[in-house]
Amino acid sequence: MILDAQPILSSPLANAVGVWIASLLTLMIFSFLYKDNPFYKFAEHLFVGVSAAYWMCVGFWTTLIPNMIARLWPSHMGGVLPAVVGNQREWGYVIPLVLGLILLTRLVTRIAWLSRWAMGFVIGFAAGTNFTRYLQSDFVSQIHSTMVPIYEPGATTAATIGNIFSQIVIVGGVVSALIYFYFSKEHKGIFGRTARVGIWVLMAAFGASFGYTVMARISLLTGRMGFIIQWISGSSW
Amino acid sequence: MADRQEVTIIERLGTVDRRYVFLLIAVAVIIPLIVHYTTAIPTSAIVQSLFDKIESMPPGSKILISFDYGPSTEPENQPMANAVTRHALEKGHRIYLVALWATGPRQSQKLIDDVIKVEFPDKVYGVDWIHLGYKAGNQGLINTLLSDFRTMYTTDISGNAIDGLPMMKDIHTLRDFDLIIGLGSGFPGTKEWIQFAGDPGDIPVGGGTTAVMAPLLYPYYPKQMVGFMGGLQGAAEYEYALVKIYPKYAMRSRIASTTMGPQVTAHLVIVGFIILGNITFLIEKRRKRKYR
Amino acid sequence: MKRTVPLIITFFVGIILIIAMFVPHDPFYGLDSKFSIFYDVIAVFAFILGGGNLLKVHFYKIQNRRRDWKYSIVTVSGFFLMLGAGLLKIGVPGGWSGDYQADGSLFKYLYDAAFQPLQATMFSLLAFFVASASYRAFRAKTREATILLVAAFVILLRPTPLGYYLTFWLPKPLQFLHIPNLSTWIMSVPNMAGQRAIMIGIALGIVSTSLRLMLGIERSYLGTEGKG
Repeated sequence: MILDAQPILSSPLANAVGVWIASLLTLMIFSFLYKDNPFYKFAEHLFVGVSAAYWMCVGFWTTLIPNMIARLWPSHMGGVLPAVVGNQREWGYVIPLVLGLILLTRLVTRIAWLSRWAMGFVIGFAAGTNFTRYLQSDFVSQIHSTMVPIYEPGATTAATIGNIFSQIVIVGGVVSALIYFYFSKEHKGIFGRTARVGIWVLMAAFGASFGYTVMARISLLTGRMGFIIQWISGSSW
Repeated sequence: MADRQEVTIIERLGTVDRRYVFLLIAVAVIIPLIVHYTTAIPTSAIVQSLFDKIESMPPGSKILISFDYGPSTEPENQPMANAVTRHALEKGHRIYLVALWATGPRQSQKLIDDVIKVEFPDKVYGVDWIHLGYKAGNQGLINTLLSDFRTMYTTDISGNAIDGLPMMKDIHTLRDFDLIIGLGSGFPGTKEWIQFAGDPGDIPVGGGTTAVMAPLLYPYYPKQMVGFMGGLQGAAEYEYALVKIYPKYAMRSRIASTTMGPQVTAHLVIVGFIILGNITFLIEKRRKRKYR
Repeated sequence: MKRTVPLIITFFVGIILIIAMFVPHDPFYGLDSKFSIFYDVIAVFAFILGGGNLLKVHFYKIQNRRRDWKYSIVTVSGFFLMLGAGLLKIGVPGGWSGDYQADGSLFKYLYDAAFQPLQATMFSLLAFFVASASYRAFRAKTREATILLVAAFVILLRPTPLGYYLTFWLPKPLQFLHIPNLSTWIMSVPNMAGQRAIMIGIALGIVSTSLRLMLGIERSYLGTEGKG
């Protein structure tokens, strides 16, 4: 800590100023609804800079320091992370340090090719984990979940008819939509008609998604409008 | 003459400045907020099953709650976090707060300040709840935690060694948790918790996602996911279920229900837009056919 | 060196992770765990790379007086202000060992005053454009578009009183058409079927792309420069 600013930043005046800054920035963004203007551009550019720095700081203090630096130089962490001072040094963490530094060579055009080594690791990790996880969760398990008994004994007649109908729609819907995605065979005859049913199923899914998207966006707007109303009525954050 | 007039109205409706549409939406949201119009939404099966899971777990069960969102979706996700935490602590479960998003810890801190410290002052840090914070790595982090939780989480968010905290004693891998709840708004989020923890580790996973994400997660229910809340509506449904069993939360657990008021009016305005848009479209179509 | 080494690294890392899934014993299991930790740490370097790239682009714009270069000054200033506040723990109670975003810190102050409202408002803008789109583009032009429209319509009406009052009077055998019930059915049956088909398709795509990456067939991530 190079500046003891805590008493200033915790004061009611600082709080009030903060609320005003937040509200004005909110209005600057909303001004885009009228048309693109310098206020919006200012807020937009500020957002980009602040966001990038935010992610860097959080990554630095939450992962880089405790999970790499503290493992390589635990005895030097007394001032920052006293809990790890007595720990053994773990030399294995030189590997992510080297790979990480190599990744940063992308910023220097002359040696940017070196960053491919780190990229190779990142891509290999993503490919290896995605291969198995997607195969298990989004392929095998989905087929397994689709193949459930159509008739379940014990339910009332109406419920049974409803369940049978729904189950047929699910199985038929999945199969026909998959057929629609299959482009190696021309969509003609029965194949084409099934693909057409597949489009209807997909359209119903997209319609549901649209409805939920509207819902989501309105919720976010409600949050911001609530903030503006609070600001006008004089509440703090 | 009549036809001409019809054309003018349709043309006007078709080319109306979109800023009038914006204004109507703003009004539809602001007025219910000012008059405090609220609405309760009965709980759907998918939300009820998440509620029932937490309700049926024995006291002291370990629940990992992951905050995989930021301020951008706070109005949707925060009421979910509040309702689920309230329920879990009421039942005597232990909760572990983590984040896959760098913006997550500010949201979990908000939960601590607004719910845990205010409504459950008797719950002890390190015994009943713990704030572990964010770690980088997205799905890679989940993969690490599945094999060794303590490699990444050596300390809590404030830098205290986790070895000294009682509720961390039995935690070695993600498999030691009784339930994982992913509250998310994108990648990484609930989907990754299912793919990288729930399925390979055979750990029950529940969730709460923004409404945009919700339809995409339905294929995981009920076999790979115990239940989930979709958007603000899902949160309001959870609040409804909670208040039904624990009426003492009727006043506190109503953030989602309160913000559902503007939601309802805005939906009605948009439904009106769709109807109006289609009426003008049909009239225009008929007119074109007539003059062809 | 420039292309072969990264291809070997990708193959080696990818294959070990796949084997670890089927042979959960050392050395594969141990390597799986180690690789995951390395990946988590490297992810932070990606944030630094992102910040570095941002500065590179905006400094270039400022230096060469490119279009809107004055706004680049705002971006760079915001970046350094937030970065300084976070890395130097300005105002953090407890000094260097304190929480970098504790109450009273400049980092938290900037988060609450700038980052939080900017991000939240930026996303909430979309509500207006979604509304405008539903008025202008959501038309029942074809049979497919009508299905999409009806599904969205039912979902939107579900939480509203109108959705209830329109259909609550339906007799018991037709109660499945009551809007709240119909909405639940749309979500858990046709929506689920459609999303599942998409999910299976994406899974197959990801599996094949992963294989192509590991086998070095897909090399676009290496770029086009410096072949050999």
